[in-house]
Amino acid sequence: MSEAVKTLDADTKSAINIDREKGDFRYPEKHKFNAGTGLTAATIDYICDVKGDKDWVREFRHRALKVFEGKPMPTHWATKDLENIDFDKIRYYLSDGAKPKRTWDEVPDDVKETFERLGIPQQERAFLAGVEAQFDSEAAYSNVKEELSKEGVIFVNSNEGLNEHEDIFRPYFGKVIPTGDNKFSALNSAVFSGGSFIYVPKGVKVKHPLQAYFRINSENFGQFERTLIICDEGAELTYMEGCTAPKFETATLHSAVVELVALKGAKIQYITVQNWSSNVFNLVTKRGLAMEDAEVRWIDCNIGSRLTMKYPGVVMKGKGARGEVISIALANSGQHQDTGAKMIHAADNTTSNVVSKSISVGEGRSTYRGQVHIPKHLKGCRNNTECDALLINSNSRTDTYPAITVKGNQHATQHEASVSQVSEEMLFYMQQRGLSEAAAMSLAVNGFVNELVREFPMEYSVELKRLIELEMEGSVG
Amino acid sequence: MSLIVKDLHAGIEGTEIVKGLSLEVPKGEVHAIMGPNGSGKSTLSKVIAGHEDYVVTGGSVTLDGANLLELAVDERARAGIFLAFQYPADVPGVSNANFIRAALQARMPKGEELDAVAYYKELYARMDQLGMDRKFTARSVNEGFSGGEKKRNEILQMMMLDPKYCVLDETDSGLDIDALKVVAEGVNSMRSPERGFLIITHYQRLLDYIQPDHVHVLAGGKIVRSGGKELALELEERGYDFLKEEHLTTA
Repeated sequence: MSEAVKTLDADTKSAINIDREKGDFRYPEKHKFNAGTGLTAATIDYICDVKGDKDWVREFRHRALKVFEGKPMPTHWATKDLENIDFDKIRYYLSDGAKPKRTWDEVPDDVKETFERLGIPQQERAFLAGVEAQFDSEAAYSNVKEELSKEGVIFVNSNEGLNEHEDIFRPYFGKVIPTGDNKFSALNSAVFSGGSFIYVPKGVKVKHPLQAYFRINSENFGQFERTLIICDEGAELTYMEGCTAPKFETATLHSAVVELVALKGAKIQYITVQNWSSNVFNLVTKRGLAMEDAEVRWIDCNIGSRLTMKYPGVVMKGKGARGEVISIALANSGQHQDTGAKMIHAADNTTSNVVSKSISVGEGRSTYRGQVHIPKHLKGCRNNTECDALLINSNSRTDTYPAITVKGNQHATQHEASVSQVSEEMLFYMQQRGLSEAAAMSLAVNGFVNELVREFPMEYSVELKRLIELEMEGSVG
Repeated sequence: MSLIVKDLHAGIEGTEIVKGLSLEVPKGEVHAIMGPNGSGKSTLSKVIAGHEDYVVTGGSVTLDGANLLELAVDERARAGIFLAFQYPADVPGVSNANFIRAALQARMPKGEELDAVAYYKELYARMDQLGMDRKFTARSVNEGFSGGEKKRNEILQMMMLDPKYCVLDETDSGLDIDALKVVAEGVNSMRSPERGFLIITHYQRLLDYIQPDHVHVLAGGKIVRSGGKELALELEERGYDFLKEEHLTTA
């Protein structure tokens, strides 16, 4: 560690520690429902019974379990670290059985305190149109502003979505991301619980963001939320999700499935700030379907976790549809951020844009995997892909695996990739102006991601910059 | 109160470049260091600033009595040393305004925030003085700047950070006459009994616009001659070669 960092005064150190460890606290478990350790058909039945699933959902889950069991780990292309997940030691469902509360006053004290420490009720009052706060397997709190309900916006958890709004959600459920898409989408399909089901009616433009916050409180646990967002014709929505977990001795699994459907002319913006603790396997499948002139944007920031594998995708199925992935990944020592984007052009004049910036610190590793697919029979499709990697230390690592399949000659694609390092000359220059090594480094890193951070809402971009600073503070030298 | 260099020996990768250099720059004075290429001019500036590639093997550097060599680069900067770089680095994605602001904030006591309104007022005033367009506040530090723009930007930072001792490393190189005048006016406006200047230059030209109190000639890693501003003119007329010979014969 450098002199500059060692000489930080106690106040600064404690301020940093409080924030860096912001999510690192837990309350004693008091679950009324616990599916036990390991995954069998009986686990599925237990979850179905507790949740009161309809028969078709129960069948859907059982089928998914078989698909999950039949699929090998994708270690032929992905990291061997996946083999360290012991599916027999995970608990797949933990809840207190209560329905999500509509006011924070009704939420049990320990859960309420958890979310207060994470700043969720405060954010809700400040700038959100609705919040869902998930604690282990189920939402503890879910509320949407009255004016949105009046306009017909539905914002509920997956259970309520499938049980009470089957006609709206069932036609799209599991359609954007089929059960068998990959091993982890199959796992999620078998044991999913929680997550948001949102429907925005025709022409309704939701001004303020809706937010979900996913909190893991229990050890040896897997969180498998399922989210489905449907924006009807001409509707618009911004959705944000955040997540944290305490640091446990054992690995924790988070495996979500998120499906977005933007009907004709609709716009969905999905923003993630992932700040899992460094023992979480974060294996998430996210994909959006964009119909004619619709737009799906994924804005994705991955700072925490042990291993993240996440490649948000957009299937541009209608003419003139647009897809975008903006992503920032920061991999510190002991972390592997394996992220990217999938852009599937399936109609004429569709446009996709991918901008990815990754930062590898210490022995951290970041990987970009991109897939762009434009078939021969289409015309007027465009893709732009930019991926830039910044290496902070000599033992940091980055890899890029772009796969661009463009057939036919009536399309335009461009791909740019760069790998750079914070040069010693740049650091010397900044330090000569009076900035400590850590401050100089975090300013350089913030500069590297600056244009992307601007894509996040103000409240998140401030938090993001702060998180980046904190990550850098402890890691120079 | 002075910046004092005493019998300094320093070099890079085992090669000694500065070989017993002594110099005192009291506050309120402007000292010019002139010398041919390879005489150790830039090494001196890097050693004063604390660049880690340069190793000090002997001697001392003190700032108002404090041992400068014990301090890290940023600590020296906050103690009052400013180096205007010959080749300033780019800082991509960081706006000039944010960069200078961060540097000023680094000088504030813990818990105190820089007054943003006052800061911008000062920044704009200094930019106007240097003839810098306002668009330079939002542009990334030095990125895509011309040679002259970079040097003006160095002087802007120097003005904003209000250092006790300014070391200008070949600030005149690559400047056209108009830019040179602007830079010189900037420096002159900062001259004060509270501040010392060490101006390193290869050519006498800059000293037409910044009148030094003392001129030192550096050759072979040490000061071989010191004098008033007339020494610069003499060098201009006669070149450095005679000094080298003189130095060799006296050595």
